[in-house]
Amino acid sequence: MKTLTPAREETFYESIINKGYSRRDFLKFATYMAAFMGLEHTMVGQLVKTMETKKRIPVIWEHFQECTGCSESFIRSDHPLVADVILDTISLDYTDTLMAAAGHNAEAAKQQSMKENYGKYILIVEGAVPTKDGGVYCTIAGRTAIEVLKESAAGAAAIITFGSCSSWGGVQAASPNPTGSVPVDAIIKDKPIIKVPGCPPIPEVMTGVVLHYAMFGTIPELDALGRPKQFYGKRVHDSCYRRPYFDAGLFAESFDSEEAKKGYCLYKLGCRGPVTYNACGFMEWNNGLSYPIKSGYPCIGCAENNFWDNGPFYERLENVPGMGIEATADKIGKVVLGAAAGGAALHAIATNLLKHNELKHNKREGVANEQHLQDQ
Amino acid sequence: MAIAIPQFKRVYVWELAVRFFHWLTVFSMIALIITGFVIANPPAINSHAEAVQSYWFGYVRLIHFATAYILIANVLFRIYWAFAGNRFARWDVFLPLNRKAWANILHVLRVDILLMKDKKHRLSNISIGHNRLAAFAYFIMFLIFIVQAATGLALIADNSSWWFPKMFKWVVPLLGGDIAVRYVHHLFTWLFLIFITVHVYLVLYHDYVEARGEASSMISGYKFVRSERIDNNTE
Repeated sequence: MKTLTPAREETFYESIINKGYSRRDFLKFATYMAAFMGLEHTMVGQLVKTMETKKRIPVIWEHFQECTGCSESFIRSDHPLVADVILDTISLDYTDTLMAAAGHNAEAAKQQSMKENYGKYILIVEGAVPTKDGGVYCTIAGRTAIEVLKESAAGAAAIITFGSCSSWGGVQAASPNPTGSVPVDAIIKDKPIIKVPGCPPIPEVMTGVVLHYAMFGTIPELDALGRPKQFYGKRVHDSCYRRPYFDAGLFAESFDSEEAKKGYCLYKLGCRGPVTYNACGFMEWNNGLSYPIKSGYPCIGCAENNFWDNGPFYERLENVPGMGIEATADKIGKVVLGAAAGGAALHAIATNLLKHNELKHNKREGVANEQHLQDQ
Repeated sequence: MAIAIPQFKRVYVWELAVRFFHWLTVFSMIALIITGFVIANPPAINSHAEAVQSYWFGYVRLIHFATAYILIANVLFRIYWAFAGNRFARWDVFLPLNRKAWANILHVLRVDILLMKDKKHRLSNISIGHNRLAAFAYFIMFLIFIVQAATGLALIADNSSWWFPKMFKWVVPLLGGDIAVRYVHHLFTWLFLIFITVHVYLVLYHDYVEARGEASSMISGYKFVRSERIDNNTE
């Protein structure tokens, strides 16, 4: 019988074996993880070796201005089971909504973990950070979110921002942004930040990103906006099963139409699939059951920056910010174009009046020449 | 009734390359604007056909993308010609960098836009190539074109395997996301429409008032210039 070592000293392998699983179970788990992270099957061996030698990675999970929807999404992760992630691969030392401890005990656990694992732990942030009026609009244990974030980011090896709020600002930062909310990367500049946007993100994507870091100790490849490419490399549109209807020009014109029932493309009902990067099309939700478009509902672009202000959701063209409601680019364009055409017409009339002498002069010359034509 | 009848001489203003650029721009812009609006708001041509039998929207997008590349190549060629072409096509025509250019802009604003009386009528005020206000407007259009091309290429970059559109990926983080990029691309289309309206009107205006072949010059390449302005000794 092996002696039990304290949780955060264990390797992944030891923690799994100590729980009574067989090595065969462990290998199955490793194979599953590799497939899940989108790795080649030849990488399984490397993954097994990593899990046998690497210590479990400590994770601190902060909650700021948010609805806790991302946590709700995370605990519904089926592949891998959230229990496996939390108990076997990471050491979730602080998350005030899920942990057993509360109040001073919880804060003390966080402080202890941050001290012991300084420079090594992952910081997960859920929710935006208000900056207005000294950040008083979100306080935890009497301290502002900015203060808490700066403290826990100082010793973090990397930061993962779960959800659109911590990645972009989310609903708090939507116009008029009364509390001056900002995303994490507006405050923390000196740490690698992995953005996992979505409202909420897909649970398997959240666990996949955490596992990638836990397994390899490296940041997954990110796109220009800081999102991991393995999950946010494609537009929802590019992996949409209704894409053939788009290319064929077959669109649902309204929600109650025959075309909507037939499953035609929802582009004209405001679908943001063509401008939204997310894994909905191929990972889907609720254990791969469905995703909005599959349920007949257009994508609202919840994983994109500033999506709340790019409404209305059910129209193709969004309103122009700052121009009041119902002021789309097309309406403004039509007015300006009409003004230009009207101005040209007025100018043409004015030309005939004000350039009368010049025009008359030209005509006199032309008529005089006409009368002197010789070879007629 | 004896009146002094002015003499005009034919001057080669627009070289073939400039005229080719102009008309290729016209046709590709028309194609881009039409297909662009169709893509933004496709008409309802719903049939009961299966999707596999139809691809019209895909073709509209194909025309839009292919034409965009033609127009970009065309503009790159025009940039080259701004250094290789004649004095009316050169780059410095488009930038009001000296006092003379600003004087011409002021003259055009007073006489042609505000229709004020041309009190001291000077022949040198009549532009042979572009007037300097129009030329500056074309430079602004060139900048607007760059925004339109950069946003368009940024939108297609992820679906393309070519390095050229991928060069414009930085536009997406600059504007904050694909939604904003698409929005700018759509809004700027209207600037082209407004430019076309004003441009065509002013060409017709100049042709009407000056009566020296303004409109047809972009077909033939020649404009008619008063013979006093041409040195007769260099036959």
